[in-house]
Amino acid sequence: MAVGKEIRTKIASIKNTQKITRAMEMVAASKMRKTKDRMQATRPYSVKIGQIIKHLAQANPEYKHTFLVPREVKRVGVIVVSSDRGLCGGLNSNLFRKTLAELMQWENTNVEVDICTIGSKAFGFFGNLKVNLVGQVSKLGDAPHLHDIVGIIKIMLDAYEVGTIDQLYVVSNEFVNTMTQRPTIEQLLPVVAHELDENLSGHWDYIYEPDAKEVLDHLLTRFIESKVYQGLVENNACEQAARMVAMKSASDNAGNLIGELQLIYNKARQAAITQEISEIVAGAAAV
Amino acid sequence: MTMTVHVDIVSAEKEIFSGLAEMIFAPAEMGELGISPRHAPLITKLNPGEVRVKVSESESYPFYISGGLLEVQPHLVTILADTAVRAADIDEAAVLEAKVKAEEALSDSSGKIDYATAQSQLQQAVMQLRTLDRLRKRGG
Repeated sequence: MAVGKEIRTKIASIKNTQKITRAMEMVAASKMRKTKDRMQATRPYSVKIGQIIKHLAQANPEYKHTFLVPREVKRVGVIVVSSDRGLCGGLNSNLFRKTLAELMQWENTNVEVDICTIGSKAFGFFGNLKVNLVGQVSKLGDAPHLHDIVGIIKIMLDAYEVGTIDQLYVVSNEFVNTMTQRPTIEQLLPVVAHELDENLSGHWDYIYEPDAKEVLDHLLTRFIESKVYQGLVENNACEQAARMVAMKSASDNAGNLIGELQLIYNKARQAAITQEISEIVAGAAAV
Repeated sequence: MTMTVHVDIVSAEKEIFSGLAEMIFAPAEMGELGISPRHAPLITKLNPGEVRVKVSESESYPFYISGGLLEVQPHLVTILADTAVRAADIDEAAVLEAKVKAEEALSDSSGKIDYATAQSQLQQAVMQLRTLDRLRKRGG
């Protein structure tokens, strides 16, 4: 019976799509667990180095490191952290929208912008825009290493040191929970300490070994690196979570669609049978 | 009761140690350091080597680190340990790589091993061996 051939093929193709989205959902769920563990594992380091930076901001050093001194802003650097792959809901587009809003603001105040991207999605997006792209890395995988991103961080730090840029920001997604990821923009340079520790008030300074410049260079570079790295692993966890949610809703949608099509198909089939019977009956009556 | 100081040792990957200690020994760049409670504030870079945390007269824990930073506050000692192999040359190479990538967007990276990497790996291996050796002597 040739009834509803189109509907049947359509149902079959949606079923295939559903299989794929369901598989992707499960893969994302298991990857999310791993990336979340990785995110939590790197947290103690970034918390501790943040604490040291906070202490440092309260010390009264004779040597003022350039990373600690604010200056007039003529050009800013932005590091955009995105995912390498799509199919993760509005994760990347929300992030880019937030970044664009900031870029507009800078443009309005005549501040120029240099951009570094992490992840192919950001590169694809900002590569097509008229922005000054100074570096990019992508295809870092689910377990990125710090040395993968050292290069682009150093581009920005060098630019800050020679005075090309006066501020450095990092844009990435913050993992709130599995359902919620929030795009955030954070200032890395000059280093700002938000809350101060009251136990450390008064005039004091560290003993630096071998000397202040070398130690602070090392410490502040590590601090920036750990901040960006933390952003990267957090963004990875966000990507998997967003993908899991997006794929779950895609599977659910496919299920609904199949249900509706199945109903239409059954009705058409029933109508065809009824018509055939009435034709036969009419034919018999005529004889 | 003897005085103690809170010690945190963390690496980029995980928390290694957190607790109270009587004294900490660390391989600072200017020479081996021993930190007692209420030490003056100090920041220093660490060489690859053994960090020893003396918890009590009879108990002490050794850790191997491949470089890092040590911060001392009178009641708090923090050690940020590095795990990756790092050298100035590697950073420069990474910069060049990232720049080339941005210009050409080619994902082709050649796996060159340069002298500095090999040297720092060697130094780490030697320090790891030395730490192991000391541990063995203490145990045996």
